[in-house]
Amino acid sequence: MPSLLAVANLEAYYGATKVLHGFSFGMEEGSITALLGANGAGKTTTLRALCGMVKTRGEIRFGEHRLDGRATEDIVRRGIAHVPDGRGTFLNLSTEENLRLGGYTRRDRAGVSEDIERMFGYFPRLKERHRQQAGTLSGGEQQMLAVARGLMMRPRLMLLDEPSFGLAPLIVEQIFQIMRTINEREKVAILLVEQNAAMALALADRAYVLETGRIVISGSAAEIRGNEAVRRSYLGY
Amino acid sequence: MDAFIHQFLAGLATGGIYASVALALVMIYQATHHVNFAQGELAMFCTYLAWSLINAGFGYWSAFLITVMLAFVLGVLIERVIVRPVENSPVLAVVVVFIALLVIFNSIAGWIYSYTIKTFPSPFPAEPFFGNKYMSSHEIGSIGVTLVVLLLLYAFFRYTPLGLAMRAAAQNPASAKLVGIRVGWMLALGWGLAAAIGAVAGMMVAPVVFLDPNMMGGILLYAFAAALVGGVDSPGGAVFGGFLVGVLENLLGAFVIGNELKLAVALVLIVGVLVVKPTGFFGKVHVSRV
Amino acid sequence: MSRRVLIVLAVVLLAACALPLVVSNYRVFQFTMVLVYAIALLGLNLLTGYNGQISLGHGAFYAIGAYCAAILMDKFGVPYWATLPAAGAVCFVVGFLFGLPALRLEGLYLALATFALGVSMPQLLKYHLIEKWTGGVQGIVIVKPDPPFGLRLSPDQWLYYFTLAVMILMFVLAWNLLRGRVGRALIAIRDQHVAAEAMGVNSALYKTLAFGVSAMYTGIAGALGAIAIQFVAPDSFNIFLSITFLVGVVIGGLASISGAIYGALFIQFVPNFADEISKAAPWAIFGVFLLAFVYVMPFGVAGAIRMLLARLARKAQNDSGTAGMATNSAAGAKTPGSSNATG
Repeated sequence: MPSLLAVANLEAYYGATKVLHGFSFGMEEGSITALLGANGAGKTTTLRALCGMVKTRGEIRFGEHRLDGRATEDIVRRGIAHVPDGRGTFLNLSTEENLRLGGYTRRDRAGVSEDIERMFGYFPRLKERHRQQAGTLSGGEQQMLAVARGLMMRPRLMLLDEPSFGLAPLIVEQIFQIMRTINEREKVAILLVEQNAAMALALADRAYVLETGRIVISGSAAEIRGNEAVRRSYLGY
Repeated sequence: MDAFIHQFLAGLATGGIYASVALALVMIYQATHHVNFAQGELAMFCTYLAWSLINAGFGYWSAFLITVMLAFVLGVLIERVIVRPVENSPVLAVVVVFIALLVIFNSIAGWIYSYTIKTFPSPFPAEPFFGNKYMSSHEIGSIGVTLVVLLLLYAFFRYTPLGLAMRAAAQNPASAKLVGIRVGWMLALGWGLAAAIGAVAGMMVAPVVFLDPNMMGGILLYAFAAALVGGVDSPGGAVFGGFLVGVLENLLGAFVIGNELKLAVALVLIVGVLVVKPTGFFGKVHVSRV
Repeated sequence: MSRRVLIVLAVVLLAACALPLVVSNYRVFQFTMVLVYAIALLGLNLLTGYNGQISLGHGAFYAIGAYCAAILMDKFGVPYWATLPAAGAVCFVVGFLFGLPALRLEGLYLALATFALGVSMPQLLKYHLIEKWTGGVQGIVIVKPDPPFGLRLSPDQWLYYFTLAVMILMFVLAWNLLRGRVGRALIAIRDQHVAAEAMGVNSALYKTLAFGVSAMYTGIAGALGAIAIQFVAPDSFNIFLSITFLVGVVIGGLASISGAIYGALFIQFVPNFADEISKAAPWAIFGVFLLAFVYVMPFGVAGAIRMLLARLARKAQNDSGTAGMATNSAAGAKTPGSSNATG
């Protein structure tokens, strides 16, 4: 039984349309898992399903807790931070206010302030712009802000949806480097949805490839990286 | 010149009233992005509650406090029970619900308390401060109350975690949920606060215009105009707008168009602002993606 | 239109014509008001139901139409039937002009602007500069017309038939308009205006025209109402009139022609019953009905009937075991955008 996250027969629906057709997977504490696949394969939907943002069937276990059927606000309070596609920044609030909101559910005021300083350490650009309205930050900066906000929640698991989307390669490198650091230092497990399969596989321990709502390939990242046939047909490189 | 000053100050006095109702409107808008057409009737109803308490023997300030708390609870209840089912419905459904509330509160007040006018006491002394001949103590006092409420609101939104969470929940409910904010309760809280502010406004208005079920009708319109002029998501703007509308209404009424068309001033302001500069003086521009 | 629908319409029409001959004069007057309100509600429905522009101020257009008729009849001796086109034309222009700034307003803001119009109307009507025409606070009294050609009808009965004829004409016009290109354009603008524009629909033109036509209908209703009541005064055209119209449209059914009739029946007769309970009761009851309908029957009575008929038709189909196409009947389950005249 995977120690952190155990998903069994997960189905998800948009209205009456079934988009995830009942698959299972799991994650260990502190691991990094990549969810790969083409557009429309159901990767983002999987993350949404874990957070209760879509109608689901099947079992989702996080540690000792059952997550399926619960409200998003309650799920995230159990220790899951979701950085959605599009970043979900509070555009009209300042950078620092965005970070503070990450700490909203925590009771330790001092800890929250400390953590904000730590985030500024990871992301110096955010410190420079901490009073600025978040909507005026560049794409890369907003991505950093979104990751930082998630980290403020001191999660056990971070869900990252397409962090490289629309960003210059150099910035993407930076962000992935920081994620590796965070995983090593803070022991935060990461479930990463990415179109950029190469970068994702370089970071992850395990990977799953989704196609039209089903897992078609699963294995260690190294295996999948080495399997040229899989790379060519499913990952496009 | 003397007449001008007199009208100007009188305008400030009525403007203070508009400002406080406008504050309640902006409060609900900030929390829920809805325009509450029932705000005036809700305030009027709560003022009647205060009147009942005073009549039952409570002192003014006890009645005031109890009413504010009751108003808060009422606002929360209304949001959770009546507005929540249509939260995600098309705009027309929401508008209809608000109009229904307007009508229900108006008629319940009339039913319970009848339509005869009642007097409502003012907490401020009858003699004008420093014997000045321009504004009564009540007028100055109610402006003071409005400013105090504004300050409290500003501090709440700017400096408390709860205020920040409310702003976040209104702007981006999906992201707010992702940081663990219970968005539903934020909306209810917004309504509760707005109802409380409205009750305060009602209790400041009633001594001047006398308590009657229809007392808030015209005031609501001016408050809408004030909120729009100031910027519908800016509490400071709402207060500024309130004073501006009050002064404009009085000056135009006294010197330009006569007292009969004063409501039309509100109409023109509303349509004008919405068409020319919908965000008002202090509001922020929101771009919506298709 | 299928035969079944035509038969139903014919029966209803016959009943409507027979009505004044069997009930008292006062009842005839009440039913005339039902017809008047039906026209007004159809006007509002065109704008709000079919085109998605919320108006909380239609009482203002009703008032303008009413005053047009009253002033023309009282001050200029214009015959009653000629006041209708005049009221319609004036209201069309006013509506169109209001529709222009309204183009910039969406949803709540348009509701707000029209609410302001509705609230300020009585004051505008009392304005002393136009008092010599409007009669100020006292208003204007007009005389009910006599039946022409020496027909053996009471004035009330004649007015009923006259109103009925006008109503039928206007309903047929609306039905024709809505089932064609115009109707589809209006609904497209309501549901997805960006997509509609991308497909070449001149959204601005349609929306302002919708305002104009909607105001025209309600204005003509106002003129008829003034003639029936024989009296216009500013305070009867306050915000509660606009709210009454909203109630009628919600309860009758949005985007439905027959809904206008159900709504008109409701707003004419329910207050009478409620009045017997208490003076405040009618509005509390309106409010409760509004809430109930929004939660439970958002498509109004017309929508509920439509769904009921659809369910019955499906049941009949299943029973008879036909796997074929649904018959072209009134029971076809349609969305609220349907312009099916029987709802």
